[in-house]
Amino acid sequence: MRIREKIIEGLLFLCSAITVLTTFGILFVLLSESIKFFSEVSIIDFLTDKEWTPLFADKQFGIMSLVSGTLLTTFIAILVALPLGLTIAVYLNEYADRRFTEVVKPILEILASIPTVVYGFFALLFVTPMLQQAFPSMSGFNALSAGLVMGVMILPYVSSLSEDALRAVPKSLREAAYGMGSTKFQTAFRVMIPAASSGIIVSVILAISRAIGETMIVAIAAGQEPKLTLNPLESVETITTYIVQVSMGDVPRDSLEYRTIFAAGITLFVFTFALNNISVWVRKKYQQKYE
Amino acid sequence: MKQIQFILFAFFALTVISCGGNRSSDGLSGEITIDGSSTVYPITEAVAEEFRNVGPDVRVTVGVSGTGGGFKKFARGETDISNASRPISESEAALCKENGVEFIELPVAYDGLAVVVNPANDFVDYLTVAELKKIWEPAAQGEVTSWSQVRAGWPDEPINLYGAGVASGTYDYFTEAVMGEAKSSRGDYTASEDDNVLVQGVSGDKNALGYFGLAYYEENQKKLKLVPIDDGNDANGAGPVSPSMESVSNGTYQPLARPEFIYINAASADRKEMKAFVKFYLENAPQLVKEVGYVPLEAEAYVFAAQKFEKGVTGTIFGSGTSVVGISMVELLKQETGAAAGTVRDTTSAAENPASSQ
Repeated sequence: MRIREKIIEGLLFLCSAITVLTTFGILFVLLSESIKFFSEVSIIDFLTDKEWTPLFADKQFGIMSLVSGTLLTTFIAILVALPLGLTIAVYLNEYADRRFTEVVKPILEILASIPTVVYGFFALLFVTPMLQQAFPSMSGFNALSAGLVMGVMILPYVSSLSEDALRAVPKSLREAAYGMGSTKFQTAFRVMIPAASSGIIVSVILAISRAIGETMIVAIAAGQEPKLTLNPLESVETITTYIVQVSMGDVPRDSLEYRTIFAAGITLFVFTFALNNISVWVRKKYQQKYE
Repeated sequence: MKQIQFILFAFFALTVISCGGNRSSDGLSGEITIDGSSTVYPITEAVAEEFRNVGPDVRVTVGVSGTGGGFKKFARGETDISNASRPISESEAALCKENGVEFIELPVAYDGLAVVVNPANDFVDYLTVAELKKIWEPAAQGEVTSWSQVRAGWPDEPINLYGAGVASGTYDYFTEAVMGEAKSSRGDYTASEDDNVLVQGVSGDKNALGYFGLAYYEENQKKLKLVPIDDGNDANGAGPVSPSMESVSNGTYQPLARPEFIYINAASADRKEMKAFVKFYLENAPQLVKEVGYVPLEAEAYVFAAQKFEKGVTGTIFGSGTSVVGISMVELLKQETGAAAGTVRDTTSAAENPASSQ
């Protein structure tokens, strides 16, 4: 009996060890290749140069051109997902019939299970031509259409997690608000949302993190031209798109060009790692307020 | 092009594996080693793949060392056939002579690049090579950003560029033809190895200018507007010339079109499987060349090329300063096969003496 217990325990440990070791393995590869990269390219150039052309004759390594593409598309996505997702969450939790919520919530979550490549072509072949009616000068690849569609994709992250957070707010708070004579609207936006703010912030951070790492939609619809711009009508290249582009090309291994993807990868990692830690911190700090 | 190469490679790998066990007795066997240009590679690889239906026991390997790298091996006698996207240079030919390697030069296809804009663009009537250079040269990076900078009178609209990815032969070719130096290009444009991405980009952007293989234009004619190119040289067609099967093959669409060649080691050419392979190559080229996205030579040219190979005419016609530009391949081959008695090798004596042909 004791032996069986030990074996089970060992297996469980092994499972968790595999995930942890994988993380360390990835981190090790990213770091070791990036260190080689930064021994050839100064980190100051990397952060301040305005152009990113490592594959061309005149090599420039300004990661900001890629970072701006990533941040621009992510910002547009959040601009869609945050207000829409929050409204949906409030509606489902405060206004809608419980049975209605039970049907609608899973349907909303289907949005998250649509393959991202489908979203990508939806943005490129449907949303972009439609937007071009409004903005005739818009480029065929552009940050706006990719960002909008990405916003729809991450919508369920915001709406579902925020709804969970709203639902977790103690009943007594809502009842107290009504008791004070608040309207439904006041209760929802002045009491419930502030009370659930930690959960809502976490949901938004997770959604941002998802949008930053999103690859397929931006690779298909946002373009492949690294450009330091905040104009959503232009074509941009995100960090993820660049990594895809180089890994599919003929760039020889163990060259400086090849190492650029690790430098780009570690930049991406820094972003998502920071965001995930902030979300953990927010959750820890504010969660117990009402329990 | 990349995908085609990959698919061909996958087929190649599969065929090699599946052919390993069966030894048929149609008499053709042995090994044919081919290397050279990546531009010609898809054609030769397609032929090699088809050839396996004819001679399953012949092992054909096709490498990609570039035209120059291919000729280096060829001159040392290491390869039977060298793929080339330009005629052999004088120094390369001299090296061959030094090592006692004689060669038969056969054109197999034309390759053309299309420069395109969006159909809604109504001001670009043509571009000169100098204007193309102004747009694409490395110094233009971040500087030439609007159409008005390219030619006075054109609108002050942004110019959005779409072009070949750095890993493609198209990129090498375009940069060499326009800038005069391979791999010399600005970097701030949408670069993709996948020509479909470029077609999509130009067709959805009214300020776009792009270039890619002519084959892709022909598949997407309705979504794109072709730009005629003026090379400023009236000897090969005065004024701007639009690329077409005709202007590419008669040498007037310059400098964005060129013939592609294979060079055959004359000693190897006496081997039975080599004879069969080259014959098969020239017979099937018209169809396969089109399939992989190039422009075939005139049908007659393949017939003359086959005759030239039969007769074993060696040497290059592009020796001292003869340019590829503005020359009809048919005329050239006709001339060679007809009046080349001096260089015709006696193939029968070599065949009778197998030792010398190995």
